[in-house]
Amino acid sequence: MTAAARNARLRGSQAKKIREFVTPEGVDLELRIASSGLRLGALIVDLIAITVTLFVFNLLVDWIGHATPRDIAFIIWMLGAFVLRTFWFIGFELGSRAATPGKRLMGIRVVARDGGRLTADAVVARNLIRELELFLPLMMVGVGASEDMVSGWTVAAGVIWSLTLSLFLLFNRDRMRMGDLIAGTWVVMAQRAKLDSDISASAEAGAMLFTEAELSVYGIFELQELERILRARDPRAMREVADTIRAKIGRPVAEEDDVFLLSYYRQLKARLERGLLFGKRREDKYASE
Amino acid sequence: MSAASLPTFSTSRFRDEREADWIAFDILLTKLEKKGAVALTSDELLQLPILYRATLSSLSIARATSLDKALLDHLEALSIRGYFLVYGVRETRWSRIRRFFLYDWPAAVRAVWKETLIIALVIILGALTSWSLVAHNPEWYFNFVPEEMSGGRDPRATVEFLQSTLGHGKAAAGSEKESGLHVFATYLFTHNSQVSILSFALGFAFGVPTMMLEYYQGISLGAMLAVFTGKGLGVDFGGWLFIHGTTELFAAALSGAAGLRIGAAVVFPGARGRLEAASDAGRTAGKVMVGVILMLLVAGLLEGFGRQLITDTVLRYAIGTVMLLFWLAYYYIPRREDVA
Repeated sequence: MTAAARNARLRGSQAKKIREFVTPEGVDLELRIASSGLRLGALIVDLIAITVTLFVFNLLVDWIGHATPRDIAFIIWMLGAFVLRTFWFIGFELGSRAATPGKRLMGIRVVARDGGRLTADAVVARNLIRELELFLPLMMVGVGASEDMVSGWTVAAGVIWSLTLSLFLLFNRDRMRMGDLIAGTWVVMAQRAKLDSDISASAEAGAMLFTEAELSVYGIFELQELERILRARDPRAMREVADTIRAKIGRPVAEEDDVFLLSYYRQLKARLERGLLFGKRREDKYASE
Repeated sequence: MSAASLPTFSTSRFRDEREADWIAFDILLTKLEKKGAVALTSDELLQLPILYRATLSSLSIARATSLDKALLDHLEALSIRGYFLVYGVRETRWSRIRRFFLYDWPAAVRAVWKETLIIALVIILGALTSWSLVAHNPEWYFNFVPEEMSGGRDPRATVEFLQSTLGHGKAAAGSEKESGLHVFATYLFTHNSQVSILSFALGFAFGVPTMMLEYYQGISLGAMLAVFTGKGLGVDFGGWLFIHGTTELFAAALSGAAGLRIGAAVVFPGARGRLEAASDAGRTAGKVMVGVILMLLVAGLLEGFGRQLITDTVLRYAIGTVMLLFWLAYYYIPRREDVA
């Protein structure tokens, strides 16, 4: 595969996760579907948080109460586990950020698929289905363990059947759980991005000048990669990138890497942005001018 | 002409001009997220939509002119956050809850009346099946009710023992089960809720598992009934069951109806797409399910405490009937809908 094709594929796969989401003002917010890994991470964090909460609550009751009888502890665990499990997700997702603590940590949130607001019934529906998705496979295994008359193959079939429900989100483009499907919701990225300083604006000290020909070798993709390197400020990476660019445009190693890269970045950015104003968008170095 | 001497429409200048708005919007959103709309002054509330629109317009311009990835990402994230806060919740939690109890819950239950009837018939059918089988041959009982659920209430038990499980007779349940009472009630509540949630959640499989679950509920009910009537305790058992059973079985029927609604929507989506139909049905069903869990809580209280404290059969029937009438009136008496 050529590098050009690889680049195009990379962009294509990123574009596949982007969903059009036009606000009433007519701006497309381009929501990105959250990956299944993030979803799993959020679930694990939430389950741990629920267990810890229960444990703390139990200790608290222990501490307040007289030596807690065993059945009180039993009630706390049984009722508490049920109530927390059911209402933890519902309660948090009804809040203004539509995300449980786990989801917040992963930077994702629940959104109504039709672009309307997220209603309480949708949140309830999507979370009650979770009961099924999480516990049906476990129940199937439990049944298999307890009943001797069911053959191993029957149990395996049951587990696989219930797993297809639980892993439903792996089989569709929009990463919808059964619950999302029924509630009409999506889980999308909602990360906060800090406004980083404008590296193209600061005063130019000892700037180098590049010719048009030297600047015309790269496109937007390379520019934004360069921006990433400059913001990360890793000297080793900067050295490598600077050497690559120098080799490409045929410049000797004469100045500091960061000075070189910064001036190259600024002038390349100015050139490509000028192109944008004239309606020319050069996606990467393989695209024609 | 060298690149550096170009006139700069420069996205830097664009950023300098607009940045203050973005920062102000960010601060406002953070405040809104942390403390809610109450914390905002009326001035800030007026600012909110203006800043929101300014940010969105900045995003459009930046997308068309700027190649600064950090800037684009920030504006995108800020706009998304802003959109969901500005267009998100328009109600306080309190008014949401009030509307749910006054209108949404009964309306959702009314909407699934057909499904409720079908599920009720399925339960009754299950009860009749096992009833007739057990009445003819008590051995069938052991096929229907698992050992650990019955707690000795099976055809081999004596009349006295059965009577005691109903809270009558010499060895009343109170004395032996005193300590285990609340544990038992909790267990019943969580177990029943889980079964209800399952029968709702399995609805999307065309409603078939839902009907099977409900049928099974009817079966264990009928089998128990057959055992008790066989020993001449039918009326007492009825009272024992009725006090909470009207609420609990009603809830079970509703959860099945909610599941069936989804199953029906998947099979017969009508003019809408299958996904859309499923999500429409899911929302109605979700409302019904919140109600079901609340009903089960009431049923659990009646079962765990009411039934053990009230041993008079007539009183038990009376309470059960009152509860049934209450639910029927709450759900089905027509009322003026909330327009908002």
